Amino acid sequence: MVLPVTTPAPGADSAVSAERRAVHDVVIRLAGNSQDGIQTIGGFLARLAGRSDQDVMTYMTIPSTISGGPSIFQVRMGSGEILSSGDQADFLVAFYQHSYDSHVHSLRQGGVLIYDSDHVTPNPDDKRFTAVGIPITGATVEAVGGSSKDKGKNLFVLGLITRIFNLDVAKVAALISERFGGKSEDIVRNAMLAFDAGYGTPADNLRDCLCRFDAAPARASGRPQVTVDGNLSLTYGLIAAGVRHGAGYPITPWSTIMETLRSELSKYGGIFVQTEDELGAIGYALGFSYSGHLAVTGSAGPGLSLKMEALGWAVMSEMPLIVINVQRGGPSTGMPTNVEQSDLLQAIYGSHGDTPRVVLAPKDVEDCFYIALEACRIAREYSTPVLILTDQALATRIEAFDEPDLAKLMVDPKPDLSPRGADFQPYPIDRVTRHAPPGAPIATGRYPTVSGLEHDEMGHPSGNPAQHMRMTAKRREKIKTLAASLPVPAVHGDADGEVLMVGWGSTWGPVREAVNRLRAGGMRAGQVHLRHLHPLPPGLDEIFRRYGHVLVVEMNDEGLYGFGQMAMMLRARYALPSIRSITKTDGLTFRISEIVSGVTRNLGRNGSHGAHA
Amino acid sequence: MSSPAPAFAPSSPAQPAPLTKKILTADHPTWCPGCGDFAVLAAYYRVLERLQYPHQNIVTMAGIGCSSRFPYFVNTHGVHYIHGRALPFAAGVSLGRDDLHVFVFGGDGDGFSIGGNHLVHTGRKNVRMTYVIMDNFVYGLTKKQTSPTSPLGFRSKTDPTGALDQPINPMRTLVNSGASFVARSHATQVNHMIEMMERAARHDGFSVVEILSECVEFYEGAFDAAIPRKGGQFRVVEERKNDGTPEDELRHDSSDELAAYRLASQPWPGVFGVFYEVKRPTKNRLEADLIAKAREKTKSAGDLELLQSSFRRLR
Repeated sequence: MVLPVTTPAPGADSAVSAERRAVHDVVIRLAGNSQDGIQTIGGFLARLAGRSDQDVMTYMTIPSTISGGPSIFQVRMGSGEILSSGDQADFLVAFYQHSYDSHVHSLRQGGVLIYDSDHVTPNPDDKRFTAVGIPITGATVEAVGGSSKDKGKNLFVLGLITRIFNLDVAKVAALISERFGGKSEDIVRNAMLAFDAGYGTPADNLRDCLCRFDAAPARASGRPQVTVDGNLSLTYGLIAAGVRHGAGYPITPWSTIMETLRSELSKYGGIFVQTEDELGAIGYALGFSYSGHLAVTGSAGPGLSLKMEALGWAVMSEMPLIVINVQRGGPSTGMPTNVEQSDLLQAIYGSHGDTPRVVLAPKDVEDCFYIALEACRIAREYSTPVLILTDQALATRIEAFDEPDLAKLMVDPKPDLSPRGADFQPYPIDRVTRHAPPGAPIATGRYPTVSGLEHDEMGHPSGNPAQHMRMTAKRREKIKTLAASLPVPAVHGDADGEVLMVGWGSTWGPVREAVNRLRAGGMRAGQVHLRHLHPLPPGLDEIFRRYGHVLVVEMNDEGLYGFGQMAMMLRARYALPSIRSITKTDGLTFRISEIVSGVTRNLGRNGSHGAHA
Repeated sequence: MSSPAPAFAPSSPAQPAPLTKKILTADHPTWCPGCGDFAVLAAYYRVLERLQYPHQNIVTMAGIGCSSRFPYFVNTHGVHYIHGRALPFAAGVSLGRDDLHVFVFGGDGDGFSIGGNHLVHTGRKNVRMTYVIMDNFVYGLTKKQTSPTSPLGFRSKTDPTGALDQPINPMRTLVNSGASFVARSHATQVNHMIEMMERAARHDGFSVVEILSECVEFYEGAFDAAIPRKGGQFRVVEERKNDGTPEDELRHDSSDELAAYRLASQPWPGVFGVFYEVKRPTKNRLEADLIAKAREKTKSAGDLELLQSSFRRLR
């Protein structure tokens, strides 16, 4: 075994290592190619953190090619509240020269660089880091032998990380055998050979270069943690909410939701249909809903556009429906494997005519589960389509959270086919619509038509102008009733002060971390995070007025008028000049430093009320 | 289980009165006087009278077009959906609820133009329902534009000098779609229409009937060539009886796809009757099998238990 060549960085001399900064979390970035299995070991690390009652958040990039291409997996784990996947890595593993070239900038000063000395020649003049060359490829081939070549490099690195961070070997080995146990014994054996070789690398001294990584204190809930990505969390949320039917068309990054539903729903007696196109998908879903089974369809941006005509029908006919939109970089095919929050206005206003509907956005992976439950409750209670705006970053990142108390949460999926009385009307003007699915006998013997034409109370066409105004108001008022029932959002941080940061969707964690950092720097700052995007919850007006600046953080463009999509909504709704925007469209999640510098920039403009005065 | 229509038990124990035209009649049709669609509606009432399904289990739905106003004129659970997309919606209803009888009505624009893709895929999936296409060779609701079935040279507001694009051959398209029952009829031949629609309803699978239904306003006389009292010929497909006689060999074998294409390719006005009829597993049935297998594998675990075990695997 070749001993690691250690080049100590200036910040990592013996004096520093003796005191070893104690921190709560560590950021590990693995940079290689997509076929190297770095997602697999990144997933192992995340699962391990979850099983060790630590908090964890991951971040990954995948090339949009079928196979190959540079890929990274970043995992941040620790004992505190992990709010983002980390601006900078403490520890970088570079598999190739291109990995080194592209990602060395993401390593913090004084961090540790591990590189495969069989592939990478680091810049010898760069003394910012502790650079350690290990022949990862050669050592893996040597350890595993046979014809497997360098397959198993990822497990070698996992072994190395386990050694350096003093992780629980038994737990890691259990993860490996769970993952590969279904395959041949050879595969498990080779995996363990590679892992052991990595673990056997005498790299203990590296630990002294790094911060001390404390084991987590016991958490309060007493419930076991689950480690899961956003799409799976959302999918299980739908199942808990009683969704047994759905339809979809493949599109990244929505596809994994439909794949899981396709294989899971049959166990529950349900059906998920892969349809001919997006229009067909929402058609099947509406057909399921009409037949009494609240159904789901979903897509990403371009597919959502294709569903818009049918969504208008769903609003007009007042049909409950769940539509998931996993946002990605747009417009058009755009940046299909990157993140953006640029479908907000499409979600709220897309389609034709006046089409009030409900739009929700989960704030993190755990919330993906709970927002699905809330969406289904609202869809049923208000007989309305509900859109869930999640995004690519949330879809693919892994977090650990308390296992939900399913016994309390499961919703009965049975359709209500009970006979309807003589007063039954599908569209009563003064009450919320409650459809009678086919199969439900109706006492009068007069059966309703569910219609996309403007209609009377029984669903029959009416071109009467007064009737159209009454029905338009009815569809609007039920959504306003929902709005009045929503809780006032909680403020994190200072209840009044200089800056209020407003976010929605997956920016919750980075915004919170930024607010914490601003407050630590002496600023009076607060955070409000919106889960209900349309209708907006009550009380925001009063909260916004307590701060000098209301800065809306979102991953979309500032547009022609200098405001992101949510900022524009909020300015239109509350007419407050203090509402301004921090936006970006690089296809990546917000770094804390980007938000903080956005605040500085906006406060520098103090006095000019519009973004472009 | 998937089975043809009569196998379903009524979901309410006491079916009050037999279904009659009187019970089934709803709004007065908005069609122009003389429109062929009136006869199709009358035939549908007759078919429902014969089938006597539980009233609440019948779903009548449509997309957009003159003919697609249909659901408002029938007193059953009804859906008026969007242009060209009635089939996927109906497929959701059919797959969601095996106890229902789903009938879809539409025109040539709805079925062969904007909804063409759905037609092919609903056929391919063989979702159990009956689809009646009232083909008038013209866009009527929007007042005389060329339709996908308008013949070459047809003068419309969008082709004032005559249609240039080759029309779709509806029967070839339908046979090719994978529909497991394909028939053709004519709105002036009420008994034939009733027979075709009833056979379609009793067929276990995706059944389609194309009915030539004249638009008296925008394409008068379009189908005269098949109306005997106007000097035309209404030729009916002679179906094979499998009686072993030599003349039976000359009759149409409706399970023979190539023979169906040959019938479909006959010169105008062609023949009427069942072109194609095969037994092929329905998606309803295949999905039910998938559920049964999954349930067997999980030993019919309850919903809570299933989801709990999924979460346990994520610990």
